[in-house]
Amino acid sequence: MSSSSPDPTASDAPEAADAPLSQDAAQELEGIDEDTVVETLEVEPTHEIHHATGLATGPGAPGVAKVDPILVADHITRSFGGNKAVDVDHLEIPRNAITALIGPNGAGKTTLFNLLSGFDKPDTGEWSFNGRSLAGIPAFKSARLGQVRTFQLTKVLARLTVLESMKLGANGQRGESIWQAVVPPLWKSQEREIEERALGLLQKFKLFEKKDDYSASLSGGQRKLLEMARALMTQPEFVLLDEPMAGVNPALVQSLLDHVLDLKAEGMTVLFVEHDMHMVRHIADWVVVMAEGRIVAEGPPGEVMKDPAVIDAYLGSHLDEDIGVITGRYDEEGNRLP
Amino acid sequence: MNWGSILDNTLSFMLSPETIGFMLAALGLAVHFGYAGLLNFGMAGFMAIGAYGYAISILSFGFPWWAAMLVSIVGAVIFAILLGIPTLKLRGDYLAIVTIAAAEIVRLLFQSRVFDEWTNSADGLGGYHDSFRSANPIPEGTFGIGPWEFTSDQWWSRLFGLFLVALGLLLVWLLMRSPWGRVLKGIREDEDAVRSLGKNVYLYKMQALIIGGVLGALGGVVIALPSAVIPQYYLPSLTFFVWTALLLGGAATLFGPILGAVLYWGVMAFLAGLLPAMANEGWLPMSSTAAGNFRFVLVGLALMLLVAFRPQGLLGNKKEMTFVK
Amino acid sequence: MTTIGSLRRRRSAPRASGASTPAPGPQHTSPWRGLWLIVVTFFVVILQAAAPATAQGDGSQVNVEEHDQNIVANVRYNNEPVAEVRVVVSGGGYEAEAVTNERGQVRIGVPTTDPYEVLLDEETLPEGVTVEGENPITVAFGSQFFAPANFFLGEDVRETASFMSQFIERFFNGINFGLMLALASIGLSLIFGTTGLTNFAHAEMVTFGAIIALWMWNLGLPILLAIVVAVIASGLFGWSFDAALWRPLRRRGIGLVQMMILTIGASLAGRYIFLIFIGGGTSQLPGTGGVRHQIFGPVKLSTVDMVSMGLSLLVLLAVSYWLLRTRIGKATRAVADNRQLASASGIDVESVTRIVWVIGGALAGLSGVLWAYFRPGIKWDMGVQILLLIFAAVVLGGLGTAFGALIGSLVIGILVEVSTLWIPSDIKYVGALGVLVIVLLFRPQGLLGRRERVG
Repeated sequence: MSSSSPDPTASDAPEAADAPLSQDAAQELEGIDEDTVVETLEVEPTHEIHHATGLATGPGAPGVAKVDPILVADHITRSFGGNKAVDVDHLEIPRNAITALIGPNGAGKTTLFNLLSGFDKPDTGEWSFNGRSLAGIPAFKSARLGQVRTFQLTKVLARLTVLESMKLGANGQRGESIWQAVVPPLWKSQEREIEERALGLLQKFKLFEKKDDYSASLSGGQRKLLEMARALMTQPEFVLLDEPMAGVNPALVQSLLDHVLDLKAEGMTVLFVEHDMHMVRHIADWVVVMAEGRIVAEGPPGEVMKDPAVIDAYLGSHLDEDIGVITGRYDEEGNRLP
Repeated sequence: MNWGSILDNTLSFMLSPETIGFMLAALGLAVHFGYAGLLNFGMAGFMAIGAYGYAISILSFGFPWWAAMLVSIVGAVIFAILLGIPTLKLRGDYLAIVTIAAAEIVRLLFQSRVFDEWTNSADGLGGYHDSFRSANPIPEGTFGIGPWEFTSDQWWSRLFGLFLVALGLLLVWLLMRSPWGRVLKGIREDEDAVRSLGKNVYLYKMQALIIGGVLGALGGVVIALPSAVIPQYYLPSLTFFVWTALLLGGAATLFGPILGAVLYWGVMAFLAGLLPAMANEGWLPMSSTAAGNFRFVLVGLALMLLVAFRPQGLLGNKKEMTFVK
Repeated sequence: MTTIGSLRRRRSAPRASGASTPAPGPQHTSPWRGLWLIVVTFFVVILQAAAPATAQGDGSQVNVEEHDQNIVANVRYNNEPVAEVRVVVSGGGYEAEAVTNERGQVRIGVPTTDPYEVLLDEETLPEGVTVEGENPITVAFGSQFFAPANFFLGEDVRETASFMSQFIERFFNGINFGLMLALASIGLSLIFGTTGLTNFAHAEMVTFGAIIALWMWNLGLPILLAIVVAVIASGLFGWSFDAALWRPLRRRGIGLVQMMILTIGASLAGRYIFLIFIGGGTSQLPGTGGVRHQIFGPVKLSTVDMVSMGLSLLVLLAVSYWLLRTRIGKATRAVADNRQLASASGIDVESVTRIVWVIGGALAGLSGVLWAYFRPGIKWDMGVQILLLIFAAVVLGGLGTAFGALIGSLVIGILVEVSTLWIPSDIKYVGALGVLVIVLLFRPQGLLGRRERVG
């Protein structure tokens, strides 16, 4: 029924609708055969810079091993009606770093995201989180292991208040068991702790004043903030953000980027999907480039972005607009400020 | 036209076992739909299982009334699990169709001559009242005032029904203000978001289906307590009448189902008296039988108007509408 | 029916005196029951007083004047009287027989109050009907004024007929039923595909067609013309249903779940409006239950059956042609496939939707007429009796796909009819509903639907 659903907020709608079109569009626009690009990238790895990040054990190339991977994936494929949406041979995500997953529309980023977070089942493949295999593990269980995700189209709980949504995020709640739920003394004290933590996070995300409003009343940017804050209530180790900056009012982009950087500062690992390179350039420590379901390049942002094929094929030519400057954590030359 | 008797009947019916049974069933549906967002269109199936479980336990197996009620509860739990395993992973509209089909399967099996020995097929069951009445603590006689004057046995089934309603309200109130209820409401809004936060959505939906189903089965028992169990009563339209009562009161509110059931049956009883009387007076261009049926046309229209213009019901908060999605 | 059964049952379950029977609506009879259970009600009434003399000589009144005690038997077929059934009363050396009149009644006088055997001659029953219970029944009189007895009749399962020939016969019946279902389910599926509406009121669109046909015939139109008028009226009904209700609601952007509950309200209201207009009884269209000709092997079809199947096939072919070959048909499939995409590529989605409502209504109306012949009979809730089967067919084929609905309908129709070889006919719909549940479990996109892409 959802194929014809006029509901524009359906989670799968945009990617599903635009995937086949936009790939053609990308080819048309750039006039480049995708296969050529892939080959170029594979044949010409750049050797100089990878040591600078200290994340990888070798030069930046698709599937390069990481020094300390938090997530390792192998041979992941997923097809939709004969069309291979994801075909990832090997991927490692470095711990305590911000990794950006980029690529044009329809490259399979969100699909890979759904697979890694258990929201979709791959046709083949194995992947492990902290050495623990996640294949076949339902989404809620991988979330409990410390791997939390957000959604491209924010999923706010419209008729829950902001504070209620936050409290819902906390894990290990005694009162969520049906038997203990009916005896409030069993969970009241824990509830107070959770509320304190939620209020703290709301303050940090500048949503404190909204705490008693229904989530439905928030703006698009505030929803993104709430979703991220709610995800943090689970006290995750690994945060997957699906296009955290999409559709956000520019005034809020700064705040969002700040929060992403904070996650790393607090010891978390971040993987985020973005198809807009502006956002990626300075906050990412590592960039993974996908096209047509495959990983075609990997490396530190500077290195990947210098690859002319990547720039031409996937990133467009708007790298001069520097987001790093907006957040104040980078100077105009792109050097990280202390 | 005898306004006195029409009004008397109306007020009396607002405290009938049928109204009280509807309170329980609508409360169960509130758990399903109002709090968990489950489009259960098979409430009639739960009510049938409650009523048949009670009657068959007494008639065929000689159980005492309280054990028969436990059988009804267990039956509803099993039905909820059987129904939930395949369906709770389906999208909302599919769930609606499957639940209505499952309830029809239940009714057809109860009505079939295959199980005639226990169900008495199309004729249904009666004569199971002795056990319940023997537990009646109220002395013989007729009590009450005005329209609410009932015999001891009539009071006993009503008061027992109201006791179950009170228990149900307490349970739902406790659950919905707990973190458990918060997860359930989260699922109603967006189950993927709740799943991403590490909650076992399937388990919560199943628990909600069971709790609401048990309330529905108890509603079926209360309706059957003083009367009989007839398979034709448990048609899909019964489910829709319960839905109308629920939406009338307010699906996501604690007292909405109670108010909805009382108003639904109040209006139905009032129209059952008024419309035929109007036809007899010549004020309606139809026979009195047809006029009596006209109230069901009004039920359909009321359901439509409610959903289109006041989906939050009488007690609901405008902001907390039932159908945001 | 309640009285009949209560007499038949082994263990009596007396209803408490004064207890009220709960009933959500008056005149509720089982929606399925009329279809599967062919019941001959056989009331035997022994009158102590002499019956009033009525018209004699039609063979239904025997020895009424000669004896004080009369046995009156009513033979009913699906609540309709059956004429030309031979009934024999015997006992104490006395024997008399009579043939039911057009009111399905015989009246036979008997000389004493001793027990008599009452035998229904099954050879004189309509084709495919047989007595399932006791036959003959011995009537014992106590102090009662009359002692009614009844015979349960079901579909004829002749032990002599081979399994294969039974199978073939049911299979053909199933195709007939399935084609009729297909008319209704294609419309439902197209409406769902183009608007996302799960239309429970489709049942009332089915009933509407049958009622209009009956009404036109009662006005004196020849039946074929009456059916044509009914189909046109149903199409107009579909159009106005959309224009008056669904289009404004779509404009308001009401959610699909709300719309679904709205259709339930419309279905309830419509059904009871029909009840008010035509009452709770069953009416027949002309030609119902005609002679069945042997076509080949064990397959016997009446003229109406053949016309019905031919008409369904013809209409379904026309609809297929329309969907596959015409511009608007192709546009319809595009809209059903993806409303936004179709809209973006320049298709006038609203006008397609309008056309789909007209065609869906007309097809539902035609299926209502054919359903009236198949059941047989026109009744206020006849549509809702097959609504879940229509849903099952649509879901089985894949929601929103027209040809899926066609295949699903045939599967469901054949399944329902053929399954009675193994299961009692009063639960034959259970199988179809079970299929609905199982399909949703393992292949929710149906036979012809596509799995949705996630993410």
